[in-house]
Amino acid sequence: MIDMITSFLSTDIRMATSLLIAALGLVYCSRAGIVNIGVEGMMLIGSLMGVVGSYYTGSALMGALVAIGVNLIVSLVFAFFAVTIKADQNVIGTAINTFATGLTVTVNRVIFGVGTSQNIAVFDRVAIPGLSKIPIIGEAVFNQAIPVYIALIAVPVLWFILMKTSLGLKIRSVGENPQACDTVGINVYRVRYGTILFSGALAGLAGAYVSMGQLSSFTEDMIAGRGFIALAAVVLGNYMPGGVLAATLIFGAASALQYRMQATAVSVPYQFWLMLPYIITIIAICLYRKSSNQAASSGKPYDKH
Amino acid sequence: MAFLEMKHISKYFGDVAANVDVNLSVEKGEVHALLGENGAGKSTLMNILYGMYSQSEGEIYLNGELVHIKDPKDSIAKGIGMVHQHFMLIPALSVIENVVLGLQGQKFVLDLKTAAKEFSELAKKYGMEIDPWAKVSQLSVGQQQRLEILKALYRKADLLILDEPTAVLTPQEVEGLFEMIRGLTKEGHTIIFISHKLVEIMEICDRCTVLRQGRVVKTTKISEIHDRKELAALMVGHQVDMTIEKKDIPRGDKILDVKDLSFVNKKKVQVLKNISFDVYGGEILGICGVDGNGQSELVHCLTGLETATSGQFTIKGKDMTHSKPRDILSMGVSHIPEDRLKYGMVREMNVNENLLLMTYRKPEYNKHGLFDWKKITAKNEQLCETYNVKTPSVSELAGNLSGGNQQKVVVAREMEREPDLLIAVHPDRGLDIGATKYIQNQIVEARDRGAAVLLVSTELEEIMELSDRILVIYEGQVMDILPQKEATRHQLGLLMAGVHQEN
Amino acid sequence: MQKTKKNKFVKLLEALYYPVIAVVVAILLSGLMMQALGFDPINAYMYLFQGAFGSVASFSENFVKGIPLVFMGLSFAMAMRSGIINLGATGQLYIGALFGTFVGTHFAGLPIFIHLPLTLIAGFLGGGLMGWIVSFLKSRFGASELITTIMLNNIAIQLISYMVTGPMKDNASSSFPQSARILESAELPILLDGTRLHAGLIIAILAIVFYYVFLWWTRRGYEVRVVGANKYAGVYAGMNVRKNQMIAMVIAGGMAGLGGCIEILSVQTRLMQAFAGNTGFDGVAVALLGNNSPIGIGISAFLFGMLNNGSSTMEMLARVPNAMIYMIQGLIILLVVGRNMFRFEGIRKKFRKKKHVKEA
Repeated sequence: MIDMITSFLSTDIRMATSLLIAALGLVYCSRAGIVNIGVEGMMLIGSLMGVVGSYYTGSALMGALVAIGVNLIVSLVFAFFAVTIKADQNVIGTAINTFATGLTVTVNRVIFGVGTSQNIAVFDRVAIPGLSKIPIIGEAVFNQAIPVYIALIAVPVLWFILMKTSLGLKIRSVGENPQACDTVGINVYRVRYGTILFSGALAGLAGAYVSMGQLSSFTEDMIAGRGFIALAAVVLGNYMPGGVLAATLIFGAASALQYRMQATAVSVPYQFWLMLPYIITIIAICLYRKSSNQAASSGKPYDKH
Repeated sequence: MAFLEMKHISKYFGDVAANVDVNLSVEKGEVHALLGENGAGKSTLMNILYGMYSQSEGEIYLNGELVHIKDPKDSIAKGIGMVHQHFMLIPALSVIENVVLGLQGQKFVLDLKTAAKEFSELAKKYGMEIDPWAKVSQLSVGQQQRLEILKALYRKADLLILDEPTAVLTPQEVEGLFEMIRGLTKEGHTIIFISHKLVEIMEICDRCTVLRQGRVVKTTKISEIHDRKELAALMVGHQVDMTIEKKDIPRGDKILDVKDLSFVNKKKVQVLKNISFDVYGGEILGICGVDGNGQSELVHCLTGLETATSGQFTIKGKDMTHSKPRDILSMGVSHIPEDRLKYGMVREMNVNENLLLMTYRKPEYNKHGLFDWKKITAKNEQLCETYNVKTPSVSELAGNLSGGNQQKVVVAREMEREPDLLIAVHPDRGLDIGATKYIQNQIVEARDRGAAVLLVSTELEEIMELSDRILVIYEGQVMDILPQKEATRHQLGLLMAGVHQEN
Repeated sequence: MQKTKKNKFVKLLEALYYPVIAVVVAILLSGLMMQALGFDPINAYMYLFQGAFGSVASFSENFVKGIPLVFMGLSFAMAMRSGIINLGATGQLYIGALFGTFVGTHFAGLPIFIHLPLTLIAGFLGGGLMGWIVSFLKSRFGASELITTIMLNNIAIQLISYMVTGPMKDNASSSFPQSARILESAELPILLDGTRLHAGLIIAILAIVFYYVFLWWTRRGYEVRVVGANKYAGVYAGMNVRKNQMIAMVIAGGMAGLGGCIEILSVQTRLMQAFAGNTGFDGVAVALLGNNSPIGIGISAFLFGMLNNGSSTMEMLARVPNAMIYMIQGLIILLVVGRNMFRFEGIRKKFRKKKHVKEA
């Protein structure tokens, strides 16, 4: 029984991690007033580029860096259209998602061909001495891959930066009233570019963790809505890093449950278990309605003149 | 050379010239008025000085030195502060967070406690007390304005630009502001005071520069001006006759009857408290009060956009308290909404479709379930002519029209229905004198025709000029209802500030 | 009179200006990317062109591929006109196909003029139901359609997978997970012998006409457009925002469902997993490139149908994966919504400024 809890918790954290990493980036750009649904495509690109990087360098960490690097370029494009050109953010996001589908399939077939399995280095679990021996949670929390630790440490750090520093104050203010920021000499465009790049980089890491942590290869369309679930987690977490952690653990649990049930409750067709995370996401955003920290200028481009 | 010299400043937005060859010189320690109609280029000129816009041409000298102001960061560093007409505050943040936002040379980790102490000391020095830890959304409008001024002073501004600072204040609050201005100039601060209100300029300013259509008409000492008419003529370019002719007609039937109306908004604040009044055919009831004292909510309740929490109102004797907007509109109610761009029109649609907004359900416009566009267009073209809407054609997008013409589209649409009850909210906000007068005349015409008119305005002048009776609203309560003939400016001012005059 | 004619011509040119630039720039950029990936772009585009225009049969395939895109484009555009971003065409398409398959494989013996319309109506209702769910969740719970549509897409995909491996599986013909074949009385007739061009084309054209007449000639359509462009103005004029958005979403979902159903009744003939690939999302590009206008959607559906069609030849002969066209599509969307980039007003502004100075 205890083993089962530990293994469930461990799967939960693993499933939650990719969502958490992406959602943390989204917290920052949402706070600055940017709705980035392109995160789905960015995660997809991240998942392929991580595998590509790992394939050529033999290191999963290098793979993750490649994923982050490529996504910085992609999010620069997003930022250019969203901030400088002032186009509709939802549509740009959809464009990025469509583009990502084409790019990943094409590049995957060029490099790996069709149907061949990729022999790549993945993120290994690193047990933290001592802590990983704590009963029940030790094995689940402290015997995970590096990105899991990064995500967990990032939660308090990003909270501190957002709520307690001048940079965080700027980010929050830009989302609330960009014009007011302009009048006190804050470069609204620069702050928005920065947060978009930050969320793009984290989406890259999140994607790389999907293909090299949760699984160990790239398959076409493997993100399958995870970017959107991360967006839902941001709303649910009330745009706070801590809240996002809780929300992603709920979604992670849905996925973990899905794996467990697929294996044990065979009387229900597996497709229904596969629907579970999506259904839970819908239920969650329907039940939760107090997103008081949503930026007032959310989704609205800022025009200086 | 004067403290501030702006020389040959021009600014173009595309085809539109906002400022042409403007020269402005401001002496140290004076209160310098910048006077002009809406759209005369006052705000543009000041936004150039503050670094929000860059000028197309011309030079700025501060303290005799040629300065290049790229952005507000530059102007703040040079000791310029600006209080915008729409406050540049972030309601979701605390007072002190607003104060330190964007401050140069601060540490990465915020030290709000020290800043709060400094801020409180500064506030005390100027006799203003604001809790640095309060949320800005909890401050009154007057407090927010003081916070804006303190924000500029905290950044060591010695030249303060105040853009239409009195627009949101009661006459008594205006007095307080003027006292503060006098105190600031005594300490050596220089003030540029943007306004289109002549009385205030005569009272507080030393000198005055008048702008018209982007150009300087005259710079003069206030002491050399004889009366308001002289200033008004300078501002508009010709003698203005602001009198409005109202016919003497008998009062008609009771059209609108409001009894004990209360409303609690989404934030659980009671914004209307037992409001009672009535309006008769052939009269204009003016509702005056400082912005945000429940006027918007009252109108929303009366037009069905919101539902009153308790109490009731009848239109032509019929209880409409819980009716939907459509049912209220069909009772012969027209509504000129307070924000024409938000409520009054669809910018992305053309003039024709905008004029159709209230009449699209008319049977004569629909043949076999399809619009009779020929008939509709013919009617709307005629409307544009009658109401003087300047547009290339009715298929022009409404968003491409000037503010005055947009409002004329709204007025044309609402007047054409020959309402029994007309609800007009800030009908001439942001319009120039010509358009304002046109719209005021239309409202009076509706009254003369026998309609009941509910006019909501923050401009005392307008209320005094048009109304037959005046209702003063303060914090969601009716302070008093007076016949226009018995009302004085002073008395209304006190009521607007929530003070009942004993004896 | 002369003047209005000229104005119309200028207007047409203006309407074409941005889309043409977007398509040309996207094709050039994608060519550069192909080059970078080691392909010969000129060669690839030549095969693409040949695949689309090589023969009567291949030319007619442009329409065959374009027909579903018309419905996906109308679906996105209809929702957008009411102020909703409908990313759920995929799910709506699948449920429409599911409903259509059910009706189309049952009721043997019905004459075609009853069975076929019945099947199409079922397809419309299936998609419409999905659209209704989205608007219900939005108006009742305030759930963002961006998230619910994507979740519903994934749910629908799993549901189809379950249906064709379980209850609807055709065990008689093969072990492959697919439904039984559509009855002949529900099948869409071929329009042109020797090609796959089917009567879905007529339905697509009717759908475009419906879209136009509904939005610009009826009271309900007018309300939908007002509510979508400025919901406050809609409320002010006494319109019911939720009801109008709900109606628009049911029609939008219905359009996508009809498109999915028509695919089953023509080229597919059986319901299969993932038969629609990325078609649902193609509608975004179709609608945006067509500026949500009826004729624009028709033209851009044909254009994207052509790209889809030509890309198979390109994949076969130039070995460029046909997924490449999704890169082109993504770029087209970006360039269309980023049209401000190509505004020459910036340059004009500078020019005019000088003129003003001289005058002043």
